[in-house]
Amino acid sequence: MPAQVRIPSPLRKLTNEQELVPAEGATIGDILDNLNASFPGLFERICDEKGNVRRFVNIFVNDEDIRFLQEKATPVKEGDEISIVPAIAGG
Amino acid sequence: MSEQKTFFSNLKCRECGRLYPKEAIHICEFDFGPLEAAYDYDLIAKHINRDIIQSRPQTMWRYRELLPIDGDPTVGFQVGFTPLVRADRLARQLGVEELYIKNDTVNYPTLSFKDRVVSVALSRARELGFQVVACASTGNLANSVAANAAAAGLTSYVLIPANLEKSKIVGSLVYGTHVIGIEGAYDQVNRLCSEIAGKYGWGFVNVNLRPYYAEGSKSMGFEIAEQLDWKLPKHTVIPMASGSLLTKIHKAYNEFIKVGILPDQSFSVHGAQASGCSPISEAHKKKTDIVKPVPNPNTIVKSLAIGTPADGYYALRSMEQTGGSAEDCTDEEVIQGIRDLAEYAGVFAETAGGVTVACARKLINSGKIPRNESIVLCITGHGLKTQEAIHGQCGEPRIIKPSLREFEALVKNDPAIQPA
Repeated sequence: MPAQVRIPSPLRKLTNEQELVPAEGATIGDILDNLNASFPGLFERICDEKGNVRRFVNIFVNDEDIRFLQEKATPVKEGDEISIVPAIAGG
Repeated sequence: MSEQKTFFSNLKCRECGRLYPKEAIHICEFDFGPLEAAYDYDLIAKHINRDIIQSRPQTMWRYRELLPIDGDPTVGFQVGFTPLVRADRLARQLGVEELYIKNDTVNYPTLSFKDRVVSVALSRARELGFQVVACASTGNLANSVAANAAAAGLTSYVLIPANLEKSKIVGSLVYGTHVIGIEGAYDQVNRLCSEIAGKYGWGFVNVNLRPYYAEGSKSMGFEIAEQLDWKLPKHTVIPMASGSLLTKIHKAYNEFIKVGILPDQSFSVHGAQASGCSPISEAHKKKTDIVKPVPNPNTIVKSLAIGTPADGYYALRSMEQTGGSAEDCTDEEVIQGIRDLAEYAGVFAETAGGVTVACARKLINSGKIPRNESIVLCITGHGLKTQEAIHGQCGEPRIIKPSLREFEALVKNDPAIQPA
């Protein structure tokens, strides 16, 4: 099964309301670039003007935050699940 | 109070600056950054000064212009203006010259600083028309939401980790609130509350009302400045859970300077955490601004056990901008901190207070806080709420029969005691 990306509800307007979309690419960086080709505007919501993942957005590969893996160079293999999760307020 | 009552026009994203209407929303639709009240400081400067503030009742609402509601407060107007006490005996114990305790253990009505944030959040909730208010809490916030909602006639739901201290659970139940214990850590409670807030039309004080709620913490900083006779302490030591309180005390000091109540002056804010859940302190020590979540907090300091602190990044930035530092301490040091504060300053604090004292001691001993500069310790909650954490740690009463002979046998070796 190809890797899939779970899209949070605030971004589903950009993905025609799809919650799960297929991931194409060998790393998170490639996948984000390819997602933006399919769903224009998605990239700038997730990454800042320098291309870094925004501070209040988390990307998980199988429940591991990519900030503690290899960030956008984190490799992705078949069957992985990638989640894009806005940070939670509280406390 | 002057006729002008609205001093903030919008909510504003802290990351990109996009403006939003003053509704029950808390994150930027574009980049998910947190929203914050955007004030008109020029207008505020025309409406308040030291004399006007001092002419008002001694509550947190004497700084009304710098708090984000549109009309007069309708919930919690007796909250705040807790004592700032000079603690010379504790100062000697810590080896410093000038030490003060900002004593929010006696805040009204629920004995923690959370009454400050809740009075703003519920006043704003009423302005926005909410009938049901709710929160995710490690205990103190639940107590305060329950009490203040009861007094105001609002329905409340408080969601807490199921394993909290019994006193904190009873301290919510007694007000007739709906207490929901979640089998999980605070961060899981918090995530669930985000989902509930999205689905039900409730005012969650620390989710969709967070831009208003969080500002209430500034009142602690305003009071410290006023109670030091309109001067800032050189050092303020603040416990960190989400990190919000630290950022808001920093903001309060800066706002007093911005609106001309205080002359420009330097100060440092320092953060304190328990080692069993110290993601912000760890990031500070590693000199990174990426806060690594703590999946399974393990400390007796449940009120600070937030593994994914929402304001961790901003707390780090506040410390960096002011030359402050972060520290963390073990559970044993927390208990010693509670005992030191009680034995040398006469203040019985909950576990978070022990963290503040213990971390202040470390910051002093490492030279990060110089011994000859003024220091304020922010003590945020009462010890009666977390008694079980220190049960058996401060001795036991000595039991005797009602007999003078037994009493005299008991005290005969106590050098301080001589019969009259």
